[in-house]
Amino acid sequence: MQLPVINNAASEAPKGGCSAGSCGSTDDQMNHLPEHIREKVFNHPCYSEEAHHYFARMHVAVAPACNIQCNYCNRKYDCANESRPGVVSELHHPVQAVKKVLAVAATIPQMTVLGIAGPGDPLANPERTFETFRMLSEQAPDIKLCVSTNGLSLPDNVEELAKYNIDHVTITINCVDPDVGAQIYPWIFWKNKRIKGREAAEILIAQQQKGLEMLVAKGILVKVNSVLIPGVNDKHLEEVSKIVKAKGAFLHNVMPLISEAEHGTYYGLTGQRGPTNEELQALQDACEGDMNMMRHCRQCRADAVGLLGEDRGSEFTMDKVEQMEINYPEAMKMRAEVHAAINEELESKRLAKETKVQLVSIQGLKPKEVTRPVLMAVATKGNGVINEHFGHASEFLIYEASSEGMRFIGHRKTKPYCEGGDTCGDGESALDTTLRVLAGCEVVLCSKVGYEPWGPLEAAGIQPNGEHAMEPIEDAVLKVYEEMRAAGKLDKPVNLQLKVA
Amino acid sequence: MSLEIIESCTNCWACEPLCPSKAIYEAKPHFLIDPDKCTECAGDFEDPQCAAICPIEGAILNEDGVPMNPIGSLTGIPVRAD
Repeated sequence: MQLPVINNAASEAPKGGCSAGSCGSTDDQMNHLPEHIREKVFNHPCYSEEAHHYFARMHVAVAPACNIQCNYCNRKYDCANESRPGVVSELHHPVQAVKKVLAVAATIPQMTVLGIAGPGDPLANPERTFETFRMLSEQAPDIKLCVSTNGLSLPDNVEELAKYNIDHVTITINCVDPDVGAQIYPWIFWKNKRIKGREAAEILIAQQQKGLEMLVAKGILVKVNSVLIPGVNDKHLEEVSKIVKAKGAFLHNVMPLISEAEHGTYYGLTGQRGPTNEELQALQDACEGDMNMMRHCRQCRADAVGLLGEDRGSEFTMDKVEQMEINYPEAMKMRAEVHAAINEELESKRLAKETKVQLVSIQGLKPKEVTRPVLMAVATKGNGVINEHFGHASEFLIYEASSEGMRFIGHRKTKPYCEGGDTCGDGESALDTTLRVLAGCEVVLCSKVGYEPWGPLEAAGIQPNGEHAMEPIEDAVLKVYEEMRAAGKLDKPVNLQLKVA
Repeated sequence: MSLEIIESCTNCWACEPLCPSKAIYEAKPHFLIDPDKCTECAGDFEDPQCAAICPIEGAILNEDGVPMNPIGSLTGIPVRAD
């Protein structure tokens, strides 16, 4: 199917005012990318912030072996970097994995992307990984294939990756300095030997950088993941960001270290803490001047299925998949229709935004007064609209509105305040969790919010707002910001410490 | 002369393709080494390959029943005194 080229007039839009900078939501970030890259990522939920509201992805766990050890990983479980730790994926042989992919793609037509991310390292399992890719490229040509790797075996596999039309690769690069690396990687398996310490880190770093260069030379898109480990690589990641950008990576995703003691990792058991939301945001902001930063990563499991932030894996366990009869050629027609409808919606949104930008430039509106930025939390189930009850939200998307427009900051997980029914007994402590994760936000937008949490939210300085149900997130956030301005709420410098940090 | 895989094996498959003698095979509840085939990689590699990639301390024993990768040798996780 020929994918429609969205917004090919973007480069002609006026360079002044909103179009040049941070105005509008972060999907504008995509407008800065060259056309050929934008075409590749516009429907990839992991690479495009806008796409992740509409399109779904899945991972298949066909790659259990790993060739390195990371201090944030316990190999009794899945890879702790590419998967949330503490849970083991149902491991599949390639034939089973392909069956599962076809079943999911036929059931969830929004699924555009199949990734192999573990539970070990995909390229430490080349036979299983490439067998899966080969079958899928033949049987399901409408699915994008991607792979995520620690990079150690990457240079040896670039040719093979290019064969199966894999145009997206993620490399986890936590450092470019072997002294930093020695604190993250205790050993690697290299040329039939286990190598430890600084020497191991040196080899790994060299392989990662070489792999990155080879992929870029082949025209394969590269995203770089980095795990932010306070006190180990936090300062260093700004340098990593600059280097990988210079070498041609198109997106950098800094993820917070997960180090719960119960996961049994080295970091977990030695008390290495993860970063706070503020530290993560500060580093992402510091890197942003140089690099496209990804902020919507959910650190999915190696067997995740569905939209980012949701996991429908339990609907597709192997015993259930075996029972399903899938006519993929038929499913492919239906999928094409669904994709066309989503693309149309995205295109009309983009055109509306462009029209607005052009109107501003024609009318030459005087620049707005500079008002302070405000963080707002949004409860959504997807499609880019406010459509989740406060009490049902297991995560909130955080946006920053300012006189410049708005930008996506990240997501924060919580326990749903009210699962409905009997579990409401636990509601109070769940509300405390939500109040804690929403610290710094002044508004929470949701489709509905109950009477009980209303008081505690207000007392915490977070205004509950259920007036914009089913409205596009961007419109609602900017409307509420405008209301705050009109009400004089933006005059007082509240909450500025977050910007300074 | 043979190495042995014991129950702490997590079935990660890392060792199986590396064995020059094809002595390692998938089994339940965990991978096993055929003692008649295992050569401990003598003549093929300097280090026994399964023990050189295995991420689990204590999961592979030598012919005397001693762990090839003792506790604390791979992850640096402090040993609990219990």
